[in-house]
Amino acid sequence: MWEILHLEFMRNAVLAGILVSLCCGIIGSLVVVNRIVFISGGIAHAAYGGIGLAFLLGISPTLGAAGFAVVVALVMGLVSMRAKYRADTIIGVLWAVGMALGVVLIDLTPGYNVDLMSYLFGSILAVPSHELWYMLGLLSAVFLLIVFFYKEYLALSYDEEFAVIVGVPVRTLYLLLLCMTALCVVMVIRLVGLILVIALMTIPPYIAEKYTRSLGRMMCVASLLGVVFTLTGLWLSYLLDLTSGAMIILVAGVAFFASAAGDAFGAKRSGRGEL
Amino acid sequence: MKTMPDTIRAGPQPLDKPLAVELKGVWFSYERTPVLTDVSLSLRQGDFLGIIGPNGGGKTTLLKIMLGLLKPDRGSVRILGDTPLEARHRVGYVPQTTSLNISFPVSALEIALMGRLSLARPGRPYSRRDRDKVEELLRRVGMWELRDRAVGTLSGGQRQRVLIARALATDPEILFLDEPATGVDREFETDLFRLLEDLNQEATIVVITHDIGVISRSVRSVACVNRRLIFHEGGQITKEMIDMAYACPVDLVAHGLPHRVLEHHDEG
Repeated sequence: MWEILHLEFMRNAVLAGILVSLCCGIIGSLVVVNRIVFISGGIAHAAYGGIGLAFLLGISPTLGAAGFAVVVALVMGLVSMRAKYRADTIIGVLWAVGMALGVVLIDLTPGYNVDLMSYLFGSILAVPSHELWYMLGLLSAVFLLIVFFYKEYLALSYDEEFAVIVGVPVRTLYLLLLCMTALCVVMVIRLVGLILVIALMTIPPYIAEKYTRSLGRMMCVASLLGVVFTLTGLWLSYLLDLTSGAMIILVAGVAFFASAAGDAFGAKRSGRGEL
Repeated sequence: MKTMPDTIRAGPQPLDKPLAVELKGVWFSYERTPVLTDVSLSLRQGDFLGIIGPNGGGKTTLLKIMLGLLKPDRGSVRILGDTPLEARHRVGYVPQTTSLNISFPVSALEIALMGRLSLARPGRPYSRRDRDKVEELLRRVGMWELRDRAVGTLSGGQRQRVLIARALATDPEILFLDEPATGVDREFETDLFRLLEDLNQEATIVVITHDIGVISRSVRSVACVNRRLIFHEGGQITKEMIDMAYACPVDLVAHGLPHRVLEHHDEG
């Protein structure tokens, strides 16, 4: 199987898979424990508006998606803080409007036929080398920020109100988390497409949470699981000649159900393993 | 059924002390539903206030207004002479455990350390002093041995002890507790109020409780909240409170207490 790594696109795919999975493990853990999975889904879909805008303006679609996703994330964050009771509705609206905007903007782009499918379902086999640097840069930034603000993020994730009372800048850190989520989501779109983003961001942390007793360990285990799922899915898609993004998600899905079945079985016997 | 003390721990009222909490004409509503109407309260430092009232009567809302987590629609709130925002670093808060995620991957020690976070030190690791303080507090509530356990593996009473240690780690001048006796065993309940009486030597205590049986032994003052607020410095539960609260005295009746308190009231 190693000979496939001689192909540059395959090497890039493997490296992209590892970088994005590590990023997903860290950010995905915070997304899961803070219950902002819905916002993340909204950001992923609305980001398509940025891709459309980028094509119309003739700039890099990755940069367009990233900029647009960050703006959408901040709007969703502010809305969810101000109008808590209607936040889900407003996020749902932004989700659809962003997507629709993307489709129409690409229609308006003269003489350019965009491969919509590659954004919906990912194109891990077509990651150019310079995007690997973006991914490495993002991963480094995310890693440093989370290490620096670890105890603040732990406090606001566990008990937001207490964090507010002891003076943690909860709003700022929450918006920062959403920005990191937006950038991470744009990278994951590269791998598995915007429709499947949520699975890769939530399944590894979901499994990791059950076997760990600290947020930091949850992030580490989720990152490793993500790498395993991504590389296994990639390898299977190569062997079986199937769509890579979907295979990655199916591998993660199988692990998810196996873990859930393991819980049901393990609940009869007592005790649960912890790291 | 436990035996009731003969008298409420009335004690000398600290009338000369400055105010810990001062609410004047506070109104609050969620969307259009009024929760608190024209609530006023003056609580002196060193007092031990028990807040009772029916579910949905606005007890937790009132507490969150005092903590500055909610802003009243009208009226003024002063905590230790300042706005709730300015007084934040001088108060401690023990939330209802049921409002927290039990399966969260966090250890008892990590939770207690959260009490040492402050605006001045984002990004800095906890200091030796922070860790010593938290060790002392976890020992005081009997949780030091279990400090590395995940919160999900602790019992309700153990979790509550950890949250109390966390609140005390902020060195509070006022300690606010929301239903600290929910989901804990009877034995811990007695320990809890003994601990609060002990803490009351140095700090003002404000506790929401549905269980008037335990509270009556410790509190100096009682307030009943059901949209309106009735406050009694001196700990008596008046007939007015019971009439107003109507739905709340399920526990009162269950403990056979109203008779005693009402008699007490009639005598007064």
